[in-house]
This record gives sequence, structure tokens and C-alpha cells, in this order.
Amino acid sequence: MQPAIAVRKLTKTYAEGSAGVAALRGVDLHVNAGELVMLVGPSGSGKTTLLSIMGCILTATSGSVRIAGKEVTRLTEKQLPRIRLEHIGFVFQGFNLFPTLTAGENVELMLDLKGLPAAKARKRAEELMEQVGLGEKYESFPSDLSGGQKQRVAIARALAGDPDIILADEPTAALDSQTGRNVMEMMSELAHQRGRAVVIVTHDSRVLDFADRTVRIEDGIIVDSGQPATLPAPALMTHAFPQHALSLAGFFANPLEYRL
Amino acid sequence: MPPLAQRNLFHDKVRLTVTLTGIVFAVVLIVVELGLFVGFTQTTSNLIDNSGADLWVTSKNVTYVEQGFPFSERKLYQIRAIPGVADAQKYITHWTGWKRPDGGQESVQIVGFNPDSSLGKPWNLVEGRVEDVKRPDAVMVDELYKQKLGVTRVDEVFEISGHRARVVGFTRGIRAFTTSPYVFTTFKRSQEYANLGEAQTIFVLVKIAPGADVQQVRREILGGVKDVEVFSSRQFSRMTQFYWMFTTGAGVAVLLAALLGLVVGFVVVAQTIYATTVDHLKEFGTLKAMGAPNSYVYKVIIKQAAISAVIGYVLGMIVSGFVVHASQRGGAAILLPWQMAAGMFFLTLAMCIGAALVSINKVTRLDPAIVFKG
Repeated sequence: MQPAIAVRKLTKTYAEGSAGVAALRGVDLHVNAGELVMLVGPSGSGKTTLLSIMGCILTATSGSVRIAGKEVTRLTEKQLPRIRLEHIGFVFQGFNLFPTLTAGENVELMLDLKGLPAAKARKRAEELMEQVGLGEKYESFPSDLSGGQKQRVAIARALAGDPDIILADEPTAALDSQTGRNVMEMMSELAHQRGRAVVIVTHDSRVLDFADRTVRIEDGIIVDSGQPATLPAPALMTHAFPQHALSLAGFFANPLEYRL
Repeated sequence: MPPLAQRNLFHDKVRLTVTLTGIVFAVVLIVVELGLFVGFTQTTSNLIDNSGADLWVTSKNVTYVEQGFPFSERKLYQIRAIPGVADAQKYITHWTGWKRPDGGQESVQIVGFNPDSSLGKPWNLVEGRVEDVKRPDAVMVDELYKQKLGVTRVDEVFEISGHRARVVGFTRGIRAFTTSPYVFTTFKRSQEYANLGEAQTIFVLVKIAPGADVQQVRREILGGVKDVEVFSSRQFSRMTQFYWMFTTGAGVAVLLAALLGLVVGFVVVAQTIYATTVDHLKEFGTLKAMGAPNSYVYKVIIKQAAISAVIGYVLGMIVSGFVVHASQRGGAAILLPWQMAAGMFFLTLAMCIGAALVSINKVTRLDPAIVFKG
């Protein structure tokens, strides 16, 4: 079976003055359906760039990107939105909900993009909100929701498009540890029970145990890839989001809390 | 489609108020200026449009109705002999002075007509009858100019060019484009007020017979009567309108003011919609990241502009309605024909949607990668 995402010899160079900046330098990666892969690495290593290119938001400088078997690097700017709409759902660090729409309407928006009539969109949105445990919050505005609730609405919205692939950029960064784990459980279910290919960029070492595979990127290349437990311990102590940061003392005081 | 456009629009009430204020200002200014233009234009050719004549015979080189030069009234009889002419009457318009009770002088335009004919008589009488001008020294003025002329009621006596003038009736709505009101009287009396010779006239008004061809009769008059010009009423009306509105520049000034209103409205709406778009840029980026084509995003922005246009138009027309109503008793009537009101709707819509194009350009160039910026 072909991978949901297949990246081969991918490079991305940002032109900056007289010298370009190589954000990605020959990356090879595949993600299968039903797999949850986490991209880790220091800030500026190229994780978000890789995620953006897999999400057909940025174009590669060279290399191949296949999404659900389709080569997307040769597609025009006008064709890429179609790929995103049909195959990819996004979950963002900042939730990116529309503040003037209710939680339910945020989900309906995705269904409207898919061309569902209003009544059907509403019904489907209600089902999705129930699935993420927020049925009673359908008419609430994002400003009335907690961080975890917002992220669950965002997940419902991402699922509304029935995508093969879920791409998440630091989905737990703005959440406390318990809420973050709840969100991760949902992401894990999307992969392992609903068969989606899930790729998550994260700095949060607390959630690495959810990954089937962790890929470490440094300076635009993959330096390590494997089970979270097989990666060297210090390599995982990257820059956690400050409000959820753990001191080194805390780590060594209770190492069992952090499964590596 | 979830109500994203409406919600974004009404979410920021201050900005919405600014947007609507800009649109209302534009609508009112354009309506008032165009209404003045239409009102002025109609006023300039009032005498011609309400004369009942099919043709106007003038001396040569006359380009507007106030410009007439005297010619021999013998030409009247030549004109009456032309086949197809049902009626022809002498007619005078001439500037002269009106003496107020307080001794002050006002410039007026004497209009001399034959009260036994249907041609060239005053219209919209609110007091008195047309036949009353046959009474000694009788004149009629418009009630709009009562104060200007010092008139309070009928039967008051005044002086025109050293001759008596008794007000025997009032009309309503017969405005003069210049500051000099029309004073209607008999043709003979007008010759005295205008210090014209007895055998002179300024115009001859012609009514053609049923079934006769206006242009054919016109050509025959030109061929049969020397040293005259002959215009259809419509043609003479347009010439007079053109002279006052464009040759003098009065109309151009009014149209420029209307254009200014359009520009101001456009700029205000463009600025506020642009500011709203920038505020919601990340949302538009999210929409694009979700797979929305540019056209979907454009629809949201255009819908915002269209809703603003409709609300602004309604409010603007309400205000304009009050202004138009208030102007009816003033010296310059602002007219608002339904065609102009309808056209104004589409102009407002076009103005707002055009203003939204600035924002559309911004969103088109938006990099969806903005969604990953925290």
C-alpha cells in the first residue's frame, strides 16, 4: 500500500538577500495511513517548513512530494487548494478558529467548503462536535471556550473535510499538560482507530509517547528517526513551550514521568 | 455559507459606523449634486418645455432662450401662412427692473404671451386665472419670489420700467435659473415693460397641425421667412440647457461636486474594508489553508462590501429624501427622479465593491503559511 505522504529528496531554499537560506536539504520521509509521526528538533530546524510543504501550503524548491499517491510539486498555485481540501486537515497551535462564528459554525465552514448544503452541513457538524465531546458547546463562541475545548473544535473542523491526512503544528503548546494529553489521545485515535496519517510538529516532550515514530530534524536534514524510546535522551530535551517547560532538575527528579 | 461576512462586518461596530458614515455621505452628496444638476437643467428650459409650442422662431445666432433679439412681427404673418402651421404667436422674454415697495430694484424677466392662445402661458397657477392678465396692468409672478419682489398678496401695485404693474395671480414652482424671477403678462404690455417697439417681437411660438411633420414645417419656415432661425422645442430646450449648464460652467461645478462625493465615499469604504481585512488576515489565511479557493475568500469580502452598500444606500436615501423635500420651497429645487434613485443604488454597490478590490488584492497575495505564525 502506498504511503499517505511520501517525501523524497526534498529541498527548500528561501531567498534572502544575495544568499539563500536552505531550510530543508534533501529530506526523505514517508508517513503511512494509521501512523502517528512526530517531527521534533530545535527551533529553525525546518519542521514547520516540512509540514507546510506536506500540507501544500509552501512549494518545494526541488524534490518530490506525493499526497495520497498524487505528485503535488508539479501542481499550480490554483490546483493546490483542491489537494488541501480533499486530503488534508490542519490543527494549529493557535487554534485559528474564526472568532465571529460559533464553535459549530466553525465546523460548518469546512463542510461548506466541501460543498455540503447548509442543512446537511449543520447535521454533520453537530455529529462531529459530539464526537469531540462538545455537543453542548455548538452555539458557543470561541471566546467562551477553554484552550482544550478550542483545540477540540479545531480537530472537529479538521475532520469535517474527511481528510486522509492530519497535520498539526504544536497542537498542545498552548495547553496545560492534562488538556494536552487529552488532545493527544484524540490525535492518536484519529491515527490508530480512524486510519488517518497524522503528522505532528512538537516541542512538547511530554507527548512523545503517543508517537509511533519520532523524526528528528536539525539544520534541514533528518538526523534520527525511530521509536521515541530508541532516540537518545538528550535529543528530546528541546525547547518546550515556556509555561509548560520542565526544568532539568524536574526531569532527573522523576524520570519515569517522561517516557523516552 | 456560514455568516462570516455579516459577522465580521457587525463585529466591529465602530468601524461599521465609519464605513456607513462614508457611504451615507457619498450617497447624500451625489444625490444632492445630481439632483441640483437635474433641477437646474430643467429650470433653465422651463419656459420652452411648458410653452406648448412645437417650434421656436428666433432671430439668427440665438443659442438660449434669454438671448433673444427683437425682429419684426411681420414675420409672424409669414409664418402663419406656412402649410402645417396650426397656430403661431408672438412671445417675449426680456430683462428689466422691478421696483420694490421699499424702493429697491430687482432684476426680473418679463414674459409676454397671448392669453387667448394656448401657447406660452404660465402654468401651475395657485391663485388667479390666466385670463386675469388681460386686466389693466396685470402681471403674474411665482409665489417663490414673493419676498424677493416685496409682494404679499394679489392686487398689490408695483413699478416695472416706469410702468404700473398689478399682481393678479401667483404660480407655484416656476423657477428661473438666474436670480431674476419670471413676470408673466400680456404680449402688448410686455413690449412696454421691455421698451420694445410695437412692431417687434423676440420669438414666435409655432404649433403645428395634427399630422404635420415638425421638421418639414421647420424647413418651410426657414425657406419662406428671411433672417430667422427655427428650432424644435426639444432642440431649443437642449441648447438652452447646454448653455447654462456647460457653457457657463455651472453644471460642470455641480457634477464635479458629485464626483467628489463618489471619490470620498470610495476612499472611506476602501480604507475601512481594507482595515477589516487586515484585522482578519489570519482568518483568511486559515480559510486558504483549509482549501478555500481565492474566489471563496473574495465572496466573503465582496459580501461585506455589498451589505455595507445596501445599508448605507438606505440610510443615505432617507437623509437625501429629507433634503430633497426641504428644497422644494427653496430657490433651487433638488429633483430625485426614480431613475436616479435606482441608478444610485447600483452606483453605491459599484463604489463599495470597487473599494473592496483593494482588499481583494491583499488577500490574493496572502501567503497561507501565515497560519503557522503563532
